[in-house]
Amino acid sequence: MKKNIKFVQGNEACVEAALYAGLDFFAGYPITPSTEIAEHLAYRLPRVGGKFIQMEDEIASMCAIIGASLTGNKVMTATSGPGFSLMQEALGYAIMTEIPCVIVNVQRGGPSTGLPTHMSQGDVNQVRWGTHGDHAIIALSASNHQDVFAMTVDAFNLAETYRTPVVLLFDEVIGHMRERLFMPEKGEIPLVKRLRTSVKEGVDYHPYLPREDGRLPMSDFGGVHRYNVTGLFHDMWGFPSDNQKVVHELLRHLVDKINNNVDQITKFKEFYLESAETILISYGSSARSSLHVVENLRSRGEQIGLLELQTLWPFPSHIIKEKCAKAKYVIVVEMNMGQIHQSVRGAVDRPERVFLANRIDGVFITPMDIRNVMRLIQGKGV
Amino acid sequence: MLNSLLRAIEKLGLSKNEIVMVSGIGCSSRISGYVDFHTLHTIHGRALAFATGVKLSRPELNLIVPMGDGDALAIGGNHFIHAARRNIDITAIVMNNRIYGMTGGQYSPLSGYGTLATTAPYTNIDQDFDVVELSIASGASFVARTTTYHVQQMADIIRKAILHKGFSVVEILSQCPTYFGRKNKAGNAVDMLESYKTNTTSIGSKAKKENPELIERGIFAQKEIPEYCNEYNKIIKKAMKGHS
Repeated sequence: MKKNIKFVQGNEACVEAALYAGLDFFAGYPITPSTEIAEHLAYRLPRVGGKFIQMEDEIASMCAIIGASLTGNKVMTATSGPGFSLMQEALGYAIMTEIPCVIVNVQRGGPSTGLPTHMSQGDVNQVRWGTHGDHAIIALSASNHQDVFAMTVDAFNLAETYRTPVVLLFDEVIGHMRERLFMPEKGEIPLVKRLRTSVKEGVDYHPYLPREDGRLPMSDFGGVHRYNVTGLFHDMWGFPSDNQKVVHELLRHLVDKINNNVDQITKFKEFYLESAETILISYGSSARSSLHVVENLRSRGEQIGLLELQTLWPFPSHIIKEKCAKAKYVIVVEMNMGQIHQSVRGAVDRPERVFLANRIDGVFITPMDIRNVMRLIQGKGV
Repeated sequence: MLNSLLRAIEKLGLSKNEIVMVSGIGCSSRISGYVDFHTLHTIHGRALAFATGVKLSRPELNLIVPMGDGDALAIGGNHFIHAARRNIDITAIVMNNRIYGMTGGQYSPLSGYGTLATTAPYTNIDQDFDVVELSIASGASFVARTTTYHVQQMADIIRKAILHKGFSVVEILSQCPTYFGRKNKAGNAVDMLESYKTNTTSIGSKAKKENPELIERGIFAQKEIPEYCNEYNKIIKKAMKGHS
């Protein structure tokens, strides 16, 4: 048992999980605070026969993993804000062509070069709408190393299940902090294998013809079936089409395959929500300070709870609405200017009761910061 | 160009399943949709980055990346020099028509000083790249130039480029009578093809010595240096040895 405990950075926990999930191929570019992910994988991947490549920029990194995924590999890249901005066009290509891949964004302060070595949760809405055009995306978050591990594996599983890019968001605090990690045994967390076509060689394979359940079996690119892949709207053969029906149905498919499965995709944690009059909603590292506040005040008899979001997109509106139905106050705790706060306000019946407790100065939000906001809301002064 | 490429592939005896064609965006990039290989039509300028992912994950495949001059050397210039530097076994074909055709005739990094384009209505003051010199300086281990007039040479060069183990660049001077030709009074397609015959010559020919203005055709570089995927396989062996 002892050998299964590690004391690692969040970035290392992510690496361990990616290897656990069967990562075959990583392409990346150095950027603080995600660089350790690339460094560890440069060392670890070839040991298991996998491949690591340092590309010339983040655009190329994103493109390379898409190419490698298409040939039948589990792939990942890791970056931070500026690099994530550069990846947006290729991210849209992966959405359009339905190529599974995992993108880790260890957030730092922005905009622009911002605060490279400080923390922020400012990329939440960029993940949702960073690439152009209508689309749906899956984005996950984690507040501790055990969850980084679990959510990284989940990211790979969701990418394969829905044939889509999945973004894993954590932040500088989680990425660089060292914490205990229990390494799960092999088989302890289920892994989703790529759904491959049963169509035999020599028989027509339609890369973009969904099965009855909406899933599209893949055929390893460069293998026995030849087909076209394009970022243009395309028909079931993968060839470009501007036929109105084809365009309409493809866009609906890309959005519906994710948005119609919110319940299957969504993961969250709840702490003391029953009978809670005040509900904190948080995610990532700020959920740690939130939990601290909740446990402290519960011990003094206050009716307070925490809803920790692990799936940020698709936004689990109905869960938020349901959990917050009876709360007097809902306080969103995050380290940006209210990116999830806006979505929570849109989800609940009484948005006037939703408040924001945030920090945007590159300093980790403390329990005291949250308490001060609560005192203001409750009219007690700071 | 497509014709010569297909002839080269036929001569090599490659099966369709062994060939992956990756293209970007532009007139030239639509070529991937016309062939029965594994075809990946990607985003503007990034074809070589996608191709790197495909090749490194499946080194046994033959990667052919047709690009236009803007696709390869403006938006894709960084990927071009770095793929060359790595010497990854990919055949890059630059169809150089000195113009952005799909968007209607804007100047490219290969248009050259003094040309006219819709975005250079007074005259182009941008100097151009020499694709051959750039490729050699970037580390490409096979570098050649030909034209759409010299179809036999083109097929022969493409065949050698595919056979070459490493990063190969084949620059093909190609006519765009619609935009470059019209703007620059270079005549129709036939006139432009004719100009490739009269304005080019074999590398180191007597004609070149007499007229240094002539553009040379042929293979400028062909060297054996470590290929990226081969080298990475050695890394895997080294890492696994250290692990056991």
